[in-house]
This record gives sequence, C-alpha cells and structure tokens, in this order.
Amino acid sequence: MSTTIEPPVDVHDRPRVTAQGFWQREGSDHAKRNLALIGVLLLLLIIGMFTRPDIFLSGSGLWQNEVVVLSQASSIGVITVGMTFVIIAGGIDLSVGAILALASVWCTTVATQSYGPAVMVFAALAVGALAGLVNGVLIAYGRLVAFIATLAMMVSARGLAQNISQSHTQITNDPFIRSLASDKILGVPYIVLIFLVVTALGWVLLNRTTFGRRTVAIGGNPEASRLAGINVRLQTMLLYVLSGLCCGIAAIMVVSQTWSGSNTNGEGYELSAIAAAIIGGTLLTGGRGTIVGSLLGVLIFSQITNLFIVNGLPLDIQRVINGGIIVVAVLVQQFRVGSFPFLKRTAAK
Amino acid sequence: MVKTFPGVRALDGVQLEVRAGEVHCLLGQNGAGKSTLIKVLAGVHAPDSGEIRWQGEPVSFGNPQAAMKAGIATIYQELDLVDGLSVAENMYLGHEPNAGGFVARRSMRRGAAAILERLGHPEIPAAREVGKLPAAAKQIVSMGRALSREARLLIMDEPSAVLAHDEVENLFRIVRGLTAQGIAVIYISHRLDEIREIGDRVTVLKDGRTTAANLDAKTTPNRELVSRMTGRTIEYVFPERPAARTFTEAPILRVENLTLPGRFADVSLDVHGGEIVGITGLVGSGRSEVLESIYGARRPTTGTVEMLGKKVRRGDVGAAVRAGIGMAPEERKSQALLLGEPIYRNVTLAGFARFAKGGFTDAGRERTVAEDITRSLDLRPADVRRPVRTLSGGNQQKVVVGRWLLGGTRLLLLDEPTRGVDVGARAELYQVIRRLADEGVGVLLVSSEVPEVLGLADRVLVMREGRLVHEAPAGELDEDTVLDLVMAGSLLDGADLSSNTPEGTAA
Repeated sequence: MSTTIEPPVDVHDRPRVTAQGFWQREGSDHAKRNLALIGVLLLLLIIGMFTRPDIFLSGSGLWQNEVVVLSQASSIGVITVGMTFVIIAGGIDLSVGAILALASVWCTTVATQSYGPAVMVFAALAVGALAGLVNGVLIAYGRLVAFIATLAMMVSARGLAQNISQSHTQITNDPFIRSLASDKILGVPYIVLIFLVVTALGWVLLNRTTFGRRTVAIGGNPEASRLAGINVRLQTMLLYVLSGLCCGIAAIMVVSQTWSGSNTNGEGYELSAIAAAIIGGTLLTGGRGTIVGSLLGVLIFSQITNLFIVNGLPLDIQRVINGGIIVVAVLVQQFRVGSFPFLKRTAAK
Repeated sequence: MVKTFPGVRALDGVQLEVRAGEVHCLLGQNGAGKSTLIKVLAGVHAPDSGEIRWQGEPVSFGNPQAAMKAGIATIYQELDLVDGLSVAENMYLGHEPNAGGFVARRSMRRGAAAILERLGHPEIPAAREVGKLPAAAKQIVSMGRALSREARLLIMDEPSAVLAHDEVENLFRIVRGLTAQGIAVIYISHRLDEIREIGDRVTVLKDGRTTAANLDAKTTPNRELVSRMTGRTIEYVFPERPAARTFTEAPILRVENLTLPGRFADVSLDVHGGEIVGITGLVGSGRSEVLESIYGARRPTTGTVEMLGKKVRRGDVGAAVRAGIGMAPEERKSQALLLGEPIYRNVTLAGFARFAKGGFTDAGRERTVAEDITRSLDLRPADVRRPVRTLSGGNQQKVVVGRWLLGGTRLLLLDEPTRGVDVGARAELYQVIRRLADEGVGVLLVSSEVPEVLGLADRVLVMREGRLVHEAPAGELDEDTVLDLVMAGSLLDGADLSSNTPEGTAA
C-alpha cells in the first residue's frame, strides 16, 4: 500500500517553533504544574487558617499539625514513589495495598518477631520485592497486561495475608519498630524522614540514572526503546520489583504506626497512590511524570484529610471532594496539552 | 460517472473517469497518490480544489458516511471489519435493519445470506464470527458490506495482496459478476498481469498527477504503462558520485539464507564498509522485514547474520547494536522517537549508558555530544533541549540518523529515510548518508523511491514477493528496468538475468 505524501512541512514549522520559545523546553511544563500544586497546598493552609486559626496561626500548633500530616502521608507517599515509576513506564500496579498487607503480616508473625527487628524489616522488604518480582515476571515475560497481573496479585496477596494471620491483628511490642513512628529527630518522626529520604532517592533514580532514563524511554515509546537496544522487558520487570520494595518499606511504617500487622492494612492504597501520581502530573499513558509532582499530590490529599478532621467534618464528603480533585486535575492537564477530543477534531479540519 | 480534478495535498491535477459497469484500474508507484485519491472519493479527505461529479451531479462528501450513502464503497487493503461480530452484523454495521430500535436479527441474517448468494459464496455462514474466517472470505464479507449499501461504485485497494493464486481467480469471477450488474469498480494493483486480465481501462498516476488516462487495459504495452509511472517531476539532488569509490576488502555484513516464513525467504546479501547498498521493492515485498531481521527486531527462523566475521544473535536488538549495527526504522514517530523528550535524549537513546558513570547519567556530556552531532547534521533549530515533537519531518529524521553517529556504528540500516521529508532536507540527508559511507560505514538502504536507490546506492538489490530477484551495480540499471523487475508479471520474467543474479534466487 502506498502512503500519503506529507506536505513539505519544514517551512511552515519553523516560525511556530521559535515563537514558543522557553515554554517548550525540557522540564518547564513540569515546573509550571508543580508551582500550581504548591499553590493549591498553600491555599489549603490558608483555608486552615480561617477555619482553625487556633491551630494554623500558632507556630507550634501549625508545626505539630503538619508533622501529623506528613506522618499520615508517609506510607502512602513511599508507595506513590514506586507507583510513579511504574506509571511513567506505561504500567499500573493495583497490588500495592495488598502487598503492603502481606508484608505487614509476614513481618509480624510470632516466628519472624522472634528473630528481632532486623529480620522483621528484612522480611517486609523481601516479601514486597518478591511479590513485585512475581508481578514483573508475569507482565514482562508472561506478557500479561499489567492491569490483570496486578489485579490477580491484589486479590491473592491479601488472601495469603489473611491465611497467614488467620484474620487476627498481630501485635508487635518490638521497641525498635515502635520507635520508628514515635521517636523524633528535631521534632520529625523517623518515618517522616524515611518518607522524605525515599522520595529524594526516587528523584535521583528517575532524573539522574540510566535506570530512570530507561523508565521514561519505555513509557514514552516502548517500540522505539526496543529498537534503540534497550532491554524493555528487564526494565519492566525491575520496575515492579521497585514498586514491591516500596510496599515493603511502607509496610514497616504502617506496622510501626499501628504496632501491628494485619491483612486489612493498606486497603484502597492503590487508588490513593494512583490518584496522587495523576494529580502530580504523571501521564497514565506513560512517558511523563515527576517525583516532586507525586509528592505534592500525596501532600495535598493528606492535607485535605487533615482539614476535614480538625474541622470535625464528615469524611464521606471528603471522598467526594477527592474525586472531584482528580477530575479537575486531569481536565486541566488535558486542556494544556490541547488534547480535548473535540478541539482536536476541529483543528484537524 | 465520476470525475475529479482535485488539488489535495498529495494530489495536484488528477483526472479520473469511471463508467458504470467497467473495471477501471489505477496504476502508480508507492506515493503516487493512489491512496489519497481513493480517500478523497471515499470522503475521508476533502479536496482543496477541483470537483467530483457523481452520476452527473457535482458532489462533495464531508465524511465517509456521506460517500457510502451516495453509493461509493471502499474496500481498503487492511479490511475494516470487526472481528468479534458475525458476518451478517459486519455487513449491516451502521445500518442494521431494525424494528422499533431492536435489531431485526432474522431479516439481517436473511439479507446477508442473499448477498453472499449473489456473490457466489452461499457457503459462508452469515452467523459466523468474522475473526474466524480466512482472509479471502473476509474480503468477500467486505464486498458484501458494499452491496448491502447498494453501492454503485466499488473501490478496491490492492485486493489481491492478501490472496493466494486460486483465490485471486475467484475474486475476478466476483468482480465480473458485479460489473455485469452495472456496478463500477476501481481496481488498484501493482500486478500488471492482473490489470490485463480484469481491467477495462487504466489511469496512471505519478507524483499526484494523472500522466495517462483511460488507456486500454488489454492492449497498452507494458513499456508504455511503466514509462508513464516514471519520468518524475520531483527533483532529486544527489551528492556527486566519485568516479571510484573504495570499499573494504571483506564485507562487514554477511547475511546468509535468512528466512522469515510468510515474509521473505532465502535472502543472502553482503555489505562492504563504505558501500551503500539499496534494496528496492514494493511494500510487502519483504524489504523492511529483511532490515528488521538483520537488526534483530524480528527473529528469522533460519539463516545467519554475521557482522565483522562474528555471528549476531538472532532476534536480539541489543546484540545487533553491540555488534555495531544501527537502524533508522520506517515509521519515524512510532518506532524511533520519544516525541515529548528533548532532542539530545533522542540522540543518545541508544547510547546514554555509555556516557553514564556507575549508573548515573551525564546529561551535560550528552548535550555536548548531541550538539556536535546536530551541528554536523545542520539540524534546525539547534537547541538540543527542545522536544523532538516541535521539529519538522526532515529534522526529526536527522535526529534518528544522528543517534547512530555517536561512534561505534559500522553498519547503518535505513528504512525509507526520506519519507515525508521535503526536497531540501532530502538533499541534506543524502549528503549525510554519503558522508557516512565515505567514512567507512556500510549502509543498507530500503526505499520505495526507485530514483533514490539508483541515485544514492552503489549496488542495488531488487526484492519481489519475499525474494531477492536481482542484483546489479546502480550504474547498470535504469528506473524503467527496476520498476519492471519490482512488479509481478514483468516483461523480464523468465528472461536471462543470471549474469548479476545471486545463485538460486532468480525468479
């Protein structure tokens, strides 16, 4: 079959290109979006100042409140870092909440606890990474659709967690594990520090390493990446291991916060993490996204929850608002990309 | 019956006249504008100027539905059937007979059966899922869909491309049956023998223009048809060919008996360092697939690829790249570029790991290296942080080629390097390719444009239906001969070409 000859576009393209200038540069789009998200976060704080001036207008009250916000954001934040990588690469991981539950149960069994905190931490990380490896192998080498493979993992990991714990909440009294949530450095709990360190490492990994470059490449155009000699399957697999590992870290955080492991931990985390990544500017179709954006997405959701709690408002309404935020964030994103379907049609003449 | 004088993007001054009850053949090289023309007739594209008369009335179809309603049905090469639906449902897709909003399943099935009967294929069950039918039967369902719409004009784009020989006979029988009922058919094919057998009149397109209209399909000599398709108006500016080009003594690439069933068979070729080898052939002749197999993007079942004396693992792109092979694939946007990413990251896509230290990328150095390359390619605009999306087609292609100039590439595979590239950028790309060869890189080039292959390559290979059928130095070939070789039913079939033909591959 012959193909349509494209018109000579060179001449027409050039002026348009120069006219758009700076805004087309690498990263500037992300920078704009992140500034907007910071604006939203500040707006939420201002709302707090009006509704609860006793908290938000006193220095120590604000500090303590924000430490709570960060603490509550930490486990979901770590998971969102892994999720951001997976989504940038064009995948999805629905099993993060279930893997968190499984890891939390595994690291708090009587047997595991008998070996002490180091083994408990190791068990959580290993369980997370292994579950991620199973996801990765199924998706990358078994060619399962990520949605299906991780959906299966979501169901079965939680089932396994229930089987191991016999639906009991497994209490831990280990002082080290408990101290992660309770002890502070300069007023900041350890788990918040872990959250911030993981986020920083995630940023470095995404923006400064070959691993990150491959992640963006296979999400942006898997075929072009393959034809450039990138091992797309291996990279895909590693990304799900990374996501699983993040679940393991988050599991330790949840155990230290609740002093227990349970098969009901992390329910709904998959959707919260996806939502945070999306409003942070990560494209669900892959190829684009930032760690900073995801971090801001997590903080925004956490701050909204906090506002509802300190104002004694019903949390069901908060969920409605969360849903609305996701819709608005994506609409704004589409508007800027200019990919409104109906606009596109008229533009194509 | 139909007349068009459109001046669409790819068309400029086309005349086509089709009478009721005739088979009108449309002939032209790849890119001559055949597809664009039928898309205009089918209402997919709107002509910028000119007019279409349908049964005496000037018409303009705003969309494909309008054309269909008027009685023009198009059967595209890639049949647009819904695999999951039944034969009857496909035939009546979009105009299902209904009773009060409910699909009248029984009358639909009866109607479909009647149409299949009319097409001489009552054995195809109207209730069968289309996805389970063989290609030939699907084509009949496509024709049935046209009849269900009471089409008066049927446009068929290379219908025989997907059919086996005896199935083509059957297709002809159906086409004759339709024309006997007064239906007009526009038939597009590259096979001259088919055109002779089924066609009544022929219109030849070249570079979006009609070069000959209403020739007699039975009596016009092949020579005339072929020469009407060539003799271009597009200017090709090739770098001057030095009198004596020097190649490496031993070939850097040696391909032996490469076979990928259904695509190509028993392909052997070699490329020397500093040599430009051009492969030409029709789309579907297997030329792109050969390139992709050498590059490891497809896994051939048998045969070997040797690079610099070492075997390259089959079906492993990473191994090919490490062996010094680079490729600029056919579909720039979908196969080669990260459109949203900056230029420099596209240039270093295959080599960013080389600049990295301990897994950490060195974006600064990548930019410097990319700037050197873009400067040597005269890429515009020169800012390597700009996303590739903002570049024109020619400059995007330079980025794809530039990817393999980072060093270490000994053999460059180019698949349609100038498609969608304007004349000026074309000349620049030719310069780049020639310069690479002068530096000792071997180039294997695939192009549908015969003059491009003849003007650029040192040696030309012709592929037809999955086989290498001819090999000769570019200086010994002219466009007419190559075009003739490219098409089945060629004058030269059976003639003695053995002097330059690799053993065992002559058709």
